[in-house]
Amino acid sequence: MLIKRASELTYADITPRGLYMGRRNFLLGLLAAGGAAAAWKKLPRLVSAAGTGSVPVKLNGVITGLKGPYTTDEKATSYNDATHYNNFYEFGTDKSDPAANATNFKASPWTVSVEGEVAKPRKFTMDEIMKLAPLEERIYRHRCVEAWSIVVPWIGYSFSALAKLAEPTSQARYVAFESYYDRRQMPWGAGSGIDLPYVEGLRLDEAMHPLTLLCVGMYGETLPNQDGAPVRMVIPWKYGFKSIKSIVKIRFVKKEPPTTWNIANAREYGFYSNVNPTVDHPRWSQAKERRLGEFLKRPTLMFNGYGEQVASLYAGMDLRKNY
Amino acid sequence: MNRILTSKWAKLAVFLACLAPLANLLWRAAHGDLTANPIEFITHRTGDWTLRFVVLTLAITPLRKIPHAGQLIRFRRMLGLFAFFYGCLHFGTWIGLDKFFDWAEMWKDVQKRRFITVGFTGFVLLIPLAITSTAGWIRRLGGRRWQWLHRAIYLTAIAGVIHYYWLVKSDVRKPRQYACLVGVLLAWRLGAWLVARRQHRSGRSAGRQEPATADTA
Repeated sequence: MLIKRASELTYADITPRGLYMGRRNFLLGLLAAGGAAAAWKKLPRLVSAAGTGSVPVKLNGVITGLKGPYTTDEKATSYNDATHYNNFYEFGTDKSDPAANATNFKASPWTVSVEGEVAKPRKFTMDEIMKLAPLEERIYRHRCVEAWSIVVPWIGYSFSALAKLAEPTSQARYVAFESYYDRRQMPWGAGSGIDLPYVEGLRLDEAMHPLTLLCVGMYGETLPNQDGAPVRMVIPWKYGFKSIKSIVKIRFVKKEPPTTWNIANAREYGFYSNVNPTVDHPRWSQAKERRLGEFLKRPTLMFNGYGEQVASLYAGMDLRKNY
Repeated sequence: MNRILTSKWAKLAVFLACLAPLANLLWRAAHGDLTANPIEFITHRTGDWTLRFVVLTLAITPLRKIPHAGQLIRFRRMLGLFAFFYGCLHFGTWIGLDKFFDWAEMWKDVQKRRFITVGFTGFVLLIPLAITSTAGWIRRLGGRRWQWLHRAIYLTAIAGVIHYYWLVKSDVRKPRQYACLVGVLLAWRLGAWLVARRQHRSGRSAGRQEPATADTA
């Protein structure tokens, strides 16, 4: 076997070998094939991608330069800020915890089960997900319910591409998502104060909206563990907690599914949780937000600035009641 | 131990130690190490230290009952003033950095957001205590009245804990720790008061009039 330079590797090159051969054999294979000094330098990266925690790897063939609502021309938040200041309660409740505690998270091998009200329930391997549709770079605004925001160049494709393969039946009205949860790998989750595994949900039309992204990377690379490796959702017009991370299960259902923050505190976190500057969180105002890297707060936009694309989904609904 | 506590360097050492959290913040600021959200970081740090100094101040009275530790009382005023100092920084961060002197919005927050209302109350209660912390004011008010006034710090401690508790989203472990500490410190005072009252009564029934020894402020 030939060792490729990491820059030439795609996710597809890495995952299955570790998966098929087992980590030990994979390592032996690598050692046997090793020779070029350059390959030695890349070894830790390959090893970690194969099992003991994953490090982001460059993604090739991503469609960049999209125009229109799929990408904003606002300045992207620095990689360091976006990856070292976030919430992922399975790895701790401080903003700096996920980056510190998720280092050894094992995001490979990985499968996502698509089930429920679908004609073709099936399990997708991560490799299949990477190839299911062309990967696009989408630069989205991302607004946390805690009134801070970032701009992130995500990589992925519209969730509808995956959903269509499963062929949702006419019974399917909602989509329920579930995160991976493993007390051994995520011992911090137990004290987080929320029920785990993390669950989220969307109405079917929200899920099938072209802005709704099935996300496998950011900043040109695969997702770092702390940002939801290896696959997550990004719904840019909703508060960040709706964009569930490290997904293992996607279930099409008839009724509105339970969602984690709504279970934790229904008065504060509704099922819809659309970004809305006119409906305050009971404990703080949502009128403004602090964009990381900026000093003064900026006004928060209705639907996080995606109103033109998504407002029609909520026509006739009282968004004060359906917060 | 009292000899160490009364040495002329002790006060200076404690004073400098109390400044360490501020020094750490300034150091981090100078090195661009205030996280991705510096204003939030400064707000949380100064808030943490306000609460810690309130707890330390409240801990002095019980701790000085330990044999040879009576002289700890020398530091109580300083610790209390540092609680006020970090409270000012915390409040000032909110005014100047977080709200950027938007008085109307701040007043709305104080009325509408109960965690801000209770935090604000706790802070305001510290102001008269800081002002009357001098020997001159103790004289002017008289020891007993001064002591009564300074029991307001009990309310500040409770308000501070509630402020923290209402602020967090779901992980209440840290506010709960502070609640335990404040709870123990206040319970100790209640216990000391009950004991003193009983002694006072039995003393009276035996015909002896002992002076009250309730220095439990």
